Amino acid sequence: MSVLVELERVTCSYGGEPVLVNVDLSVRAGDFIGAVGPSGSGKTTLLKAIAGVIKPIAGRVKHERGVTVGYVPQVETVNWYFPVTVREAVLMARRGGRFVPWPSKQDVIEADQILERLGLGGLGERHIRELSGGQQQRVFIGRALLRRASLLLLDEPTSGIDVKTRHEIMHVLHDLHHDGIAIVLSTHDLNGIAAHLPQLVCLNREVIASGAPHQVVTPVVLEKLYGAPLEVLSHSGMPVVVESYDEMADVSSSAVIPLREGHHGHPG
Amino acid sequence: MDTLVEPFQYGFFRHAIEVATVAGALCGLVGVYVVLRGMSYIGHGLSHAIFGGAVASYVTKINFYVGAGLWGIVSALLINKVARRRTIGADAAIGVVTTASFAVGLALISRFGGFTRNFEAALFGNVLGVTATDVWVVVGVALFAAAVVFFCYRELLFTTFDPEVAEISGVKTGRFDALLAVTLAATITATMNVLGVTLIAATLVIPAVTARLLTNRFALMLGLSVGLGAVCGFVGVYGSYYLNISSGASVVLTGVLLFAIAFVASGPTRVLPSGLRSESDVDSVPLPREPSRSV
Repeated sequence: MSVLVELERVTCSYGGEPVLVNVDLSVRAGDFIGAVGPSGSGKTTLLKAIAGVIKPIAGRVKHERGVTVGYVPQVETVNWYFPVTVREAVLMARRGGRFVPWPSKQDVIEADQILERLGLGGLGERHIRELSGGQQQRVFIGRALLRRASLLLLDEPTSGIDVKTRHEIMHVLHDLHHDGIAIVLSTHDLNGIAAHLPQLVCLNREVIASGAPHQVVTPVVLEKLYGAPLEVLSHSGMPVVVESYDEMADVSSSAVIPLREGHHGHPG
Repeated sequence: MDTLVEPFQYGFFRHAIEVATVAGALCGLVGVYVVLRGMSYIGHGLSHAIFGGAVASYVTKINFYVGAGLWGIVSALLINKVARRRTIGADAAIGVVTTASFAVGLALISRFGGFTRNFEAALFGNVLGVTATDVWVVVGVALFAAAVVFFCYRELLFTTFDPEVAEISGVKTGRFDALLAVTLAATITATMNVLGVTLIAATLVIPAVTARLLTNRFALMLGLSVGLGAVCGFVGVYGSYYLNISSGASVVLTGVLLFAIAFVASGPTRVLPSGLRSESDVDSVPLPREPSRSV
């Protein structure tokens, strides 16, 4: 598979301490990669470096000729009171070069087809605030698709949404991946999302480990990543991360819980 | 009937109402971007900054529009540049640049004097004293602003809504921020003699927020804001003739009245038809971040 984007010893900073240090990563056509790590570990910065919107202070980011990147931001960063309808939001990504403000008929047809494909048919005239969390996320996936993105970057696509909606989003992403779009997403959700992806990058300012979930979701890697001991069980060949409460006086048994963090919105 | 058309027999009044209508529409157009970017303060700040340029052009005997215009554009670009330093923030950048510029104006007045009459006009506006040149300058800037919005509609909308994704999607957001900053500076310079430094901010903000209350669609908000701005200019100046009050204040008060009506009409006990509402009944969405950045 051809390399779409290559990061070579990339270090990024917002003016103070580096938030990414010496990161090497190749994103190839057909990849589906999850970036995992604690808050502030540089996941969002990694996505922005891949997109080319943050210039590294050291190292370099190489984009293959002709690669089109689509970026789906965290829903918490979107101004939902902005006066745009669903169709208008998608059409923002239409090709430039027209000297009139309105989109071409072809652009409108294409946007409506994308909305239909994403299960948002008939919602084009709604204001973006009138949608559910999963629908809102799909609007921004639609905007990236209108660009005919060959690489889709998603920042915490399942944060703040329920299990059913998470399944819907992941279903959409697997469909897009099946259609040949390379995907890189960041997530806090080890059991619900990361364990189901073909490839993970464990990030805490630097790459701690990378590979398939069964290779990298191990107690040793997780302790390095989160600074806390975590158990890993196996369920149908997939790793399941277990946070043990054995040492706590008031809790007598272990609980299998998805390792998710409550805080979002940090440029982690 | 004669009483109603009486003011139009005076040339100065016809000039005043023409320029106020066009200036209101212009401020309504540019104000949409100012409001949606959370930069209402910049209208206030930049008008003060351009006041420094107005005094400097008077002292150096340069044409007002050239001197104040250049001063305003430099101030706007400087704010844009300083605000991009993440550690400072847009509001602080506006505070530093504009108050410094205003202070330069005051220093020049105290050192050289002779600006007293123009000082009042610059601060409070003198719509009844506008010349044919003033009218043409406002019309020229309005056409320029309309052309900017028409030809850069998608890019300005994308940059205003989601600047990071716009950048990733190939929009040169820095260029469009700068273009908008220049347009705003030109708008304030052109309308300063008409509306005055102290009232320009209101004419930028009020039509846009009123339009926002009335619609959820960006294109419609632009149109409504332009229309409301023009109505405020026309009705404000016309009303000021009969009420014998300052025309600038009358324009702003007309806007405030329209805002109050829209606010009540679009509130919890709505009287607006469903197609002309901005608030949705859906409450299960996260609160938005407060946008705060450069123009």
